[in-house]
Amino acid sequence: MVTYVFIASAALAVIFGVVAIAHRNPVANVLSLVVVFFALSAIYAVLGMDFLAAIQLIVYSGAILVLFLFVVMLLNIRAVERFGSGRPWQAFLGAVTAIILACLVVLGISELHPAKGSALPGSDKGTAYAIGHALVTTHLFAFELISLLLLAALVGALVLARKESR
Amino acid sequence: MNPGALIPIPYTWVLVLSAVLFAIGTVGVLLRRNGIAIFLALELMLNSVNLAFAAFALRFAAEGGGAAAALNGQIFIFFIIAVAAAEAAVGLALFIALYRLKETIDVDRFNILRW
Amino acid sequence: MWAEVLVTLIKLAVVVGVLLTTVPIMVWVERRGSALIQDRLGPNRVGPWGLLQPVVDAVKLITKENLVPEGVQPFFYWLAPGIALVVALSTFIVVPFGYDGGLSLFGHKVRGFIVAPDLNIGILYIFAIASLGVYSIVLAGWSSNNKYSLIGGIRASAQMISYELAMTISVVGVLMASSSLQLNDVVLHQSSTWLGFIPRWNVFPQIIGAITFMVAAFAETNRLPFDLPEAEAELVAGYHTEYSAMKFASFFMAEYINLVTSSALIVLLFFGGWTLPGVTSPQGWFGALFSIVVFAVKVSFFLWFFVWIRWTLPRFRFDQLMALGWKVMIPLAVLNFFWVGAAMALGIL
Repeated sequence: MVTYVFIASAALAVIFGVVAIAHRNPVANVLSLVVVFFALSAIYAVLGMDFLAAIQLIVYSGAILVLFLFVVMLLNIRAVERFGSGRPWQAFLGAVTAIILACLVVLGISELHPAKGSALPGSDKGTAYAIGHALVTTHLFAFELISLLLLAALVGALVLARKESR
Repeated sequence: MNPGALIPIPYTWVLVLSAVLFAIGTVGVLLRRNGIAIFLALELMLNSVNLAFAAFALRFAAEGGGAAAALNGQIFIFFIIAVAAAEAAVGLALFIALYRLKETIDVDRFNILRW
Repeated sequence: MWAEVLVTLIKLAVVVGVLLTTVPIMVWVERRGSALIQDRLGPNRVGPWGLLQPVVDAVKLITKENLVPEGVQPFFYWLAPGIALVVALSTFIVVPFGYDGGLSLFGHKVRGFIVAPDLNIGILYIFAIASLGVYSIVLAGWSSNNKYSLIGGIRASAQMISYELAMTISVVGVLMASSSLQLNDVVLHQSSTWLGFIPRWNVFPQIIGAITFMVAAFAETNRLPFDLPEAEAELVAGYHTEYSAMKFASFFMAEYINLVTSSALIVLLFFGGWTLPGVTSPQGWFGALFSIVVFAVKVSFFLWFFVWIRWTLPRFRFDQLMALGWKVMIPLAVLNFFWVGAAMALGIL
């Protein structure tokens, strides 16, 4: 049952990932990415990382992609370009990359011994407690740095996007 | 999920999905001209990296790392999400500023510094 | 295993049935309540005290002409009300609406009057699904090919994401006090008393957090005084201008269901959920029914509170709204968070 959910979410993620990069309409791209992130959140939940699944939905789908949608609507970006027009050597590079990665994927499936029935132990108080505890004890320095980084990003975005008041 | 429950998904499947999504993202970054679309493909790549971390958290937890190994993977993913949020905010603000300057988002047009 | 599925399906059917039934009742309460506040009569022709008015309204909406204006983007236009309804209905599955003292049905333990009892991340699920509700409004506004809809949609989504922050931070105080993300534990934490008769509801020690959460709930559900996105006098009808008949009914139903969820959350987080000061663990099916009735009465009070505020206060201007959200609500919520942390460290809470 869990396996079916994973396979369905994976298929959804791949299909809508392709739509996200290939569709002409920018709003369709953003919404397909929302579906991809939803599928990824389902995969995290299935793997036992429930806190991360919720965070993925709240932060990525609910905040970052809404910001993307705002910018698309603000700048009134139309669907004017054809996919990959006029850049043949980059198209070739893209195809080569995709093929190399596909080969890596095949190698990965065949060579490594998959540990079927992997167990994901968590704390008995739930993942949120475990992550929170780790963040303020073991990874405290990185946590504080992240908050500084977010502050810098906040101020930076504000300064960059402000209209010049002449 | 109950802690210690058996997850019947081999970690290589998650890795395969991560690689496929990374490939899709790379192709998107290389082939799109619209700046926002490039950014979207970049977000897809970051998420595929998150999936890779989840796969390895699964593997090392199963191979005897215990709860600590699983937790490290999740902490990594948490930080990557935070950094991606910061980067998306600043990048989109940058695009807004660029649009005000050049009236376009087409990255081929940003060639003022060309020799 | 099938008993488990059956029990979950029954709980789901009860929840969805009650939610969908509350919508016509709220329509009636809104119209008669507004009439009461405005010193007039309200609808009283259709059935005793106008009780059949919502039924008549529903029939009208179903039989209305389905007008799709030219130039809309068809996929997003039809998707938006669907997202609104799905999101509104999905948030209620982690809300516990009664006390379960080990009851069992068809040989399987009921495990709490909550559709999804095992979800460790309880309230985070509600925030996650509610943050997806922004898309329905943005898409409705954008795909309608109409200036007023677009402005209404952008305003609504800016308002919703701003007040989501204040809402989340004000809830953190409650979660710290009860040391758990699950709403059942939050309610159980509030079930004892101080001095023997004051119930240990979270609203008393965390009054600032409670007020911030209530204001943010008003903003999240687009109710007056924060209803500029759908302001009738300002923007024609805001983001649902171009939606007629059943599509409008979907937005309408989604708004009232969000209202019920917000009231339920306020009751659970700050006003003790289904507990009363004297009664902490009522036994058996009669006790469960009693706890459900207590919960329903409290939620009804807050539903009336939403209607009351709507018809009493004037509307905020959009810049005032955003300034309030970012410059007043978020600092207040953070203040509440510090206060709870300090109180817990000092042993008061």
